Amino acid sequence: MMTQQEIADQLSARFGDDIRFSTFRDQMSAYINKEKLLEVCAFLKYEPTLQFDMLSFVAGVDGLPRKPRFEMVYQLYSTTHIHRFRLKTLVEEEADGWGEIESVTPLWITADWHERETAEMYGIRFLNHPDPRTLLLPEEWTVHPLRKDFPLRGTEQDTPDLPHVVK
Amino acid sequence: MAIERHLNDTVVVTNLEWFVNWARKSSMWPLGFGLACCALEMIAAFVSRYDLSRFGMEVARPSPRHADLMIVSGTASKKMLPAVLRIYEQMTEPKWVIAMGACACSGGIYDNYAVVQGIDKYLPVDVYIPGCPPRPEALLDGILQLHAKVMKEKSLAANPKEKSIKAAV
Amino acid sequence: MPQPIASQEMSEDTRYTSREMEINLGPHHPSTHGVFRAIVHLDGETVLKAVPYLGYLHRGYEKTCENKHYHQIIPLAERCDYMGASSNSLCLCLTVEKMFDLVIPERAQVIRVMMAELSRIFSHLFWLGTHGHDVGAMTPLFYMLREREEIMDLFELTAGGRLMPNYLRIGGVARDLEEGFLDKLRKFTDHFDGKVDEYETLLTKNPIYMDRTKGVGFLSLQDCIAYGITGPMIRASGLQWDIRKTEPYSGYEDYDFNVPVEDGCDVYARYLVRVAEMRESNKILKQTLNRLVEGPIRTKAPGVTYPPQEEIFTKMEGLIHHFMLVLEGEKVPVGDYYACIESPRGEMGCYIISDGTGKPYRLKWRAPAFVNLQSLGKMSEGCLFGDLIAILSSVDIVLAEVDR
Repeated sequence: MMTQQEIADQLSARFGDDIRFSTFRDQMSAYINKEKLLEVCAFLKYEPTLQFDMLSFVAGVDGLPRKPRFEMVYQLYSTTHIHRFRLKTLVEEEADGWGEIESVTPLWITADWHERETAEMYGIRFLNHPDPRTLLLPEEWTVHPLRKDFPLRGTEQDTPDLPHVVK
Repeated sequence: MAIERHLNDTVVVTNLEWFVNWARKSSMWPLGFGLACCALEMIAAFVSRYDLSRFGMEVARPSPRHADLMIVSGTASKKMLPAVLRIYEQMTEPKWVIAMGACACSGGIYDNYAVVQGIDKYLPVDVYIPGCPPRPEALLDGILQLHAKVMKEKSLAANPKEKSIKAAV
Repeated sequence: MPQPIASQEMSEDTRYTSREMEINLGPHHPSTHGVFRAIVHLDGETVLKAVPYLGYLHRGYEKTCENKHYHQIIPLAERCDYMGASSNSLCLCLTVEKMFDLVIPERAQVIRVMMAELSRIFSHLFWLGTHGHDVGAMTPLFYMLREREEIMDLFELTAGGRLMPNYLRIGGVARDLEEGFLDKLRKFTDHFDGKVDEYETLLTKNPIYMDRTKGVGFLSLQDCIAYGITGPMIRASGLQWDIRKTEPYSGYEDYDFNVPVEDGCDVYARYLVRVAEMRESNKILKQTLNRLVEGPIRTKAPGVTYPPQEEIFTKMEGLIHHFMLVLEGEKVPVGDYYACIESPRGEMGCYIISDGTGKPYRLKWRAPAFVNLQSLGKMSEGCLFGDLIAILSSVDIVLAEVDR
């Protein structure tokens, strides 16, 4: 078992200035560049002293009106060393209104559904995702409910009661 | 009546409508159909402690073709709604609907984009049972209310369901 | 006279070939435990693959939470996993308390453990009943629901609600235990072990049950970890991992209990683990009865926890604290935190990002059933159609939690 600071030290020893850290209470998060995501994840997973073999969850965050708009959160766990760590990366909104980021499914299969959920809830596209279909929302909807500019109650046009009724 | 005494109480004289209604309410088969949390309380009502079979209702039918009563037990999400309506359409007449729980009655605490705000927008609900979730006793009471309602129906009229709704209003 | 299906016109080669068939299972199906839907690709009776389709109980939980105060989220959270309701509120309260760095009074800790373990037994009982029902044993359901009613009575006695006690609060619990609760709980814990023996006589050595579950739904430990599976499922695959032991919360480090583990990796092993867990939970419950000390049931922290009822009615400050808390919610410090507990289904986690207001900026619910269900496709490859139902029920899904 390593402390959060030790994990952070190991990460900054490997990746240097590419990583920033933030601390709240006893938990630390590492901010990384979007391009470095898979590289950092692979390091975290395969480095013998870290061995983050389990991904607890993947979550999206909408930081409207901040730019870049979206943030992805990866919560990692190691079943061998019993420690946790959190990775974060910022994702900007592309011209078509979607965010774009590499999928981490090659490293952790469990990211599959988490990423599908995030994709439809926030409108973030995951590149190289094995099965990019909608998961929870009706297939006819094109909205992204967890975005901050989406009203809680939805709208009559975007979220009709009967999804197959096209208005 | 005099004729019954005359025949040593071996026959009962009644009107046909009463008899039909009595038969319908005494063997009302619910659809074994649970949507969310309320389904657990519905199951609790079915088994030993509360024992719905006292009212001739112990046979929960998984197939809508065999069922008379749809207990909408729980939240109907917008994605589920087409399936709920389809199941209702597949049930054979005469059929009744109980909205069980706050979510089925009005959307409950889920006043948001994903939940239908009351199943009565789409189904002709006969009895509403509020509660989150309602106790099994509340469900039993709702069912007894429905029985009372069935007994008042003009079941032999040309369009019985419509008339019964008017009578209730 | 009826003609044989393979008629004479068919050539020798095509007569016995089969083609892939797709069967739609759900969302209304008696054995899918709610509104689960899967499209199953079959070759005869053999499942080629099962593709789950979710969202039929998607209630916008996370979006709703972003629009509620923290105390208002507690009932929402309990409805998220309605089988083990108190576990959910415990998870939420722990996260918020950690963000505030609150210390919870001893008495409240013990009561929380009591409620969490009761809801674990509650959930496992219902799982056992419906699981037995799914593989063709009707009797267990009635046995399990009998004891489940007893636990419901206990919940009702403490909090008024049968299914959703809604009893935990940030900083402690809502009110003190009702008179007579401890006696009832003691009575329950005394006879519950005997009841578990009774359940075991129904299933554990039942040859039909063993035939239907042994070797079915195999999932190796490597796969479990890759799929992020937690709780009884990973313990049935041979990893002795329980968050109550590895990262203790609510004072679990002081209790003496074992973490049951099996290495069968199949449905039967999951059954054995859950049955053993009920015994361990009962063991913890017995210990809570001895550990219960007198004292406050809620931390005193103005602006975070509700003041006691007497204070609201008799003191001006109490009234103002209560008033402000209801109006504005508790202002959680800016930051993000992830806390997790061992729920009846596995690692239940709550990740909150706070922007310093009374409502969470983002609340992500790490639902164990959602993650565990992902492995269904892997487990059901090449199994028989009837086994698919057994496998599905061995995951112990709660659809409200899967779809949120």
